[in-house]
Amino acid sequence: MVVGSISAIGAGLAAIGAGIGIGQIGKGAVEGIARQPEAAKDIQSNMIVAAAFVEAVALFACVIAFLAK
Amino acid sequence: MRSSLKQLLTVAFGLFVVFFAIPTLAQNHSDTTAEQHKEVAHKSEGEFNVAETILEHIKDDYSWHLFGHTSVSLPVILYTDKGLDIFSSKNLLDEHHEPVVYNSKYSYKLFEGKLKVAKADGTLDEENTAKIWDFSITKNVASLFISVIILLVVFISVGKAYNKRGVTSAPKGLQSFIEPVIVFIRDGVAKPAIGSHYGKFMPFLLTIFFLILINNFLGLIPFMPGGANLSGNIAFTMILAVFVFIVVNFNGNKHYWQHIFWMPGMHWSMKLFLAPIELVGVFVKPISLMIRLFANITAGHVLVLSLICLIFIFKTAYASAIAVPFAVFISLIECLVAFLQAYIFTMLSAMYIGMATVEHHHEDHH
Repeated sequence: MVVGSISAIGAGLAAIGAGIGIGQIGKGAVEGIARQPEAAKDIQSNMIVAAAFVEAVALFACVIAFLAK
Repeated sequence: MRSSLKQLLTVAFGLFVVFFAIPTLAQNHSDTTAEQHKEVAHKSEGEFNVAETILEHIKDDYSWHLFGHTSVSLPVILYTDKGLDIFSSKNLLDEHHEPVVYNSKYSYKLFEGKLKVAKADGTLDEENTAKIWDFSITKNVASLFISVIILLVVFISVGKAYNKRGVTSAPKGLQSFIEPVIVFIRDGVAKPAIGSHYGKFMPFLLTIFFLILINNFLGLIPFMPGGANLSGNIAFTMILAVFVFIVVNFNGNKHYWQHIFWMPGMHWSMKLFLAPIELVGVFVKPISLMIRLFANITAGHVLVLSLICLIFIFKTAYASAIAVPFAVFISLIECLVAFLQAYIFTMLSAMYIGMATVEHHHEDHH
């Protein structure tokens, strides 16, 4: 028997969303660096900031899932 | 070379699969045990509740656990309507680590780790609990003091070195360790994000960067003087976010406020529509800073602790053959996260400051 809170499903969905989002960012950054290796430093810092924004939404969802338990 | 790399990747992938499989099983297991033994689990020896154990380790405490049954009792400082009340936290627990009533100006007792006033029969007295203000030196506060002492020792000595040798000579000792980081914050964070007037905000940015960094690292050390989950405490991150909020909004120029309340270059209906959204954004930015740091660091601690808990779930020392290497591996990743989160917090603060203080030369450029 599976016992648990439905909020865990919400946290899982948030993780899927953030995974797709950060994956896209990483893909874009790696492609950009491959095309223009000299811009790697700029791309990297922008990538981290963009990933932080995506992650923030997922963390909001996780915190809400945690609180709604 | 090529084939050895391939083998290494295969092993790494295999380990990853195992790593993802085990916590899932553990999660299932702990959930069922938590449900089944909700009543039974009440502090009976041998019964192991994963969620409870992990929460106990990541939350604040009145004593600082050292090893085995030894822990440092930290002072409890209470401001009550009958005056200041100071006593050692060892009075709050008996030899079996169960909360007991301690009689001073009021009768104090720990209720689920929080100090509250108890009635004569040992139950919670809400009316009198509202009268006491808790200023205790808890584990987190003690950890903050330690980190502040480390920061002061490091930065005063580095600052003195610059006074003695001047800024043009080559750095020496601790100076050569700190200088690249400061230059990194200046050239990698402050200059691109804020612009030419970055100098005024450098002290603030460096302070939050190094405070978060050292507390993240101290939190990763599993024993004293580390082990307190300070930067994974939402009150700590909230205060940092409040400081960012104050700095951003007190330095916000006319353009910043205009962009919030009356977005230029828009139809008036759109301006009315955007104003409340922008106003919410003012508060959401520091709140997202607060939650990001809190959640990342707490998640890291939970991950390491749940890996260690595997040993107790399987009730065999052989599980440590898998659990300990993974805990070390995750700890190393957490070292990266510790730096990354300090960097992101500083970077985003700098960006918010930059957005609030940017000089507009072209009015039509948005």
